Amino acid sequence: MGGELATAGPAVRISHLRVKRGRRLVLPDLSLEIPRGQVVGLLGPSGGGKTTLMRGIVGVQIVAGGTVEVLGRPAGAPDLRAKVGYMTQAPSVYADLTVTENLVYFGALLGVAKGRVAEVIDQVGLAGQAGDKIANLSGGQRSRASLAAALLGRPELLVADEPTVGLDPVLRASLWQLFRELAAQGATLLVSSHVMDEATRCDRLVLLHQGRVLADATPAGLLASTGAVSAEEAFLTLERQAPQTGPGQTGGAP
Amino acid sequence: MSPVRTFATARRVLTQLRHDPRSIAMVMVVPCVVLGIVAWMFNATPMVIDRFGPMLLAIFPAFVMFLVTSVTMLRERTSGTLERLMTLPLAKADFLVGYALAFALLAAVQAVVLTAWAHWVCGMDVSGSLAGLMAIAVLDAVLGSSLGLAASSVARTEFQAVQMLPVVVVPQLLICGLLMPRDQMPTLLQWLSDAAPFTYALEATGDLAAGRGWADAAPDAAMVAGFVVLSAILGVVTLRRRTP
Ligand SMILES: Nc1ncnc2c1ncn2[C@@H]1O[C@H](COP(=O)(O)OP(=O)(O)O)[C@@H](O)[C@H]1O
Ligand SMILES: [Mg+2]
Repeated sequence: MGGELATAGPAVRISHLRVKRGRRLVLPDLSLEIPRGQVVGLLGPSGGGKTTLMRGIVGVQIVAGGTVEVLGRPAGAPDLRAKVGYMTQAPSVYADLTVTENLVYFGALLGVAKGRVAEVIDQVGLAGQAGDKIANLSGGQRSRASLAAALLGRPELLVADEPTVGLDPVLRASLWQLFRELAAQGATLLVSSHVMDEATRCDRLVLLHQGRVLADATPAGLLASTGAVSAEEAFLTLERQAPQTGPGQTGGAP
Repeated sequence: MSPVRTFATARRVLTQLRHDPRSIAMVMVVPCVVLGIVAWMFNATPMVIDRFGPMLLAIFPAFVMFLVTSVTMLRERTSGTLERLMTLPLAKADFLVGYALAFALLAAVQAVVLTAWAHWVCGMDVSGSLAGLMAIAVLDAVLGSSLGLAASSVARTEFQAVQMLPVVVVPQLLICGLLMPRDQMPTLLQWLSDAAPFTYALEATGDLAAGRGWADAAPDAAMVAGFVVLSAILGVVTLRRRTP
């Protein structure tokens, strides 16, 4: 498999990424590195640009400037497509197909072995629903089916956009455990969430606010540097300090 | 391109159709009902169905297949599955050809059913070969779905995709010779009609139905096939992995 891909260096290296969506400059100038083999949490309020950044990393977002390198290759390069798994924010599976039919199709595109479909179904806890149409599943089950599709190819980088939204605490905990296991096996995970209490599950946190990186640190480092007791409080502290694009602006113009 | 991924895509689309009897019913039943109503209305003058039946046979399958293809592609876009596919190792040509194969199968069944219905139930009599008419109807239906695929690829947004029916298909219906013989149209419209794929679909069926035979119909059929290839290429070239 793709011996050309870099095996050292960060999993993702972004420099001066600039993205416009419609008239809005969603990411004005974003630079970030995501180290390998870690679970990195991408946190921030809704509308902060998490999805846009992830789309840039998997190579489906039109960008206005800057570079995004994934495993040493430009984002979206053909040889990355089998190495990067993407779980979109809204479940992207065929509603009129069963869980198994969906995964068999995506598996055929990735060229995975036959038993792999049953394996990922087990991993996301959908064994009981394998023969059910997606349309007949609950929101949380659909989103896990979508996650299963992203896991099929044993991606080196898994980009998961709010995978735990709408899940009960037990399922949420089991998904985080799965993410930890994947990282232990060497995969890199970028997981977004707007729920700050999930921060403690990550090796590293990136706080995104209005398209800017407010912080990029370990959970402990974040608390130490802000003097906060929780990620939520740390975020609020940093947000207050950040140059705002509104009235009462202190720092230099953005 | 990879045959495995192309056929996997075709199989997936056919599985979706199998789970969706209503859209199969729309594809199979609606054209038959419309043809049946025309035949019934002009029950007293069988000439009418003999003359208009072949025209409907040329245009209807193409129209319905365009619609079905566009709707399916629109769903692929809104459900986010198209975005997922664009991150997977699936060539754009694999994707579009897979779709085209699945819809060609559907189109073939539809065109055969409709032709049989027109002849044996609605009493449409043609001077030429019925089998030839069926073959052209299949080709026209394939044209409809490949135009649908191309239009959906060209569209950048869902909104644009929805507009493709009035923009691509309706003008063709007006100028292809269905409503008025082409030689009676203003010159400018004749030129436009020369560029419209549906024109050749209609001419090919007209030739065969009138018993003028393959020598007359073949060039028109070749034009239709040419448009199928052209729109497939247009689809592959314009489909984008990156979106705004
Ligand atoms: N297709 C789009 N066209 C125009 N603006 C968009 C589009 N999608 C998202 N945006 C805007 O981009 C900003 C960031 O959105 P997003 O990346 O989805 O944030 P998050 O995932 O953090 O909620 C928002 O202000 C949103 O309104
Ligand atoms: Mg989002």
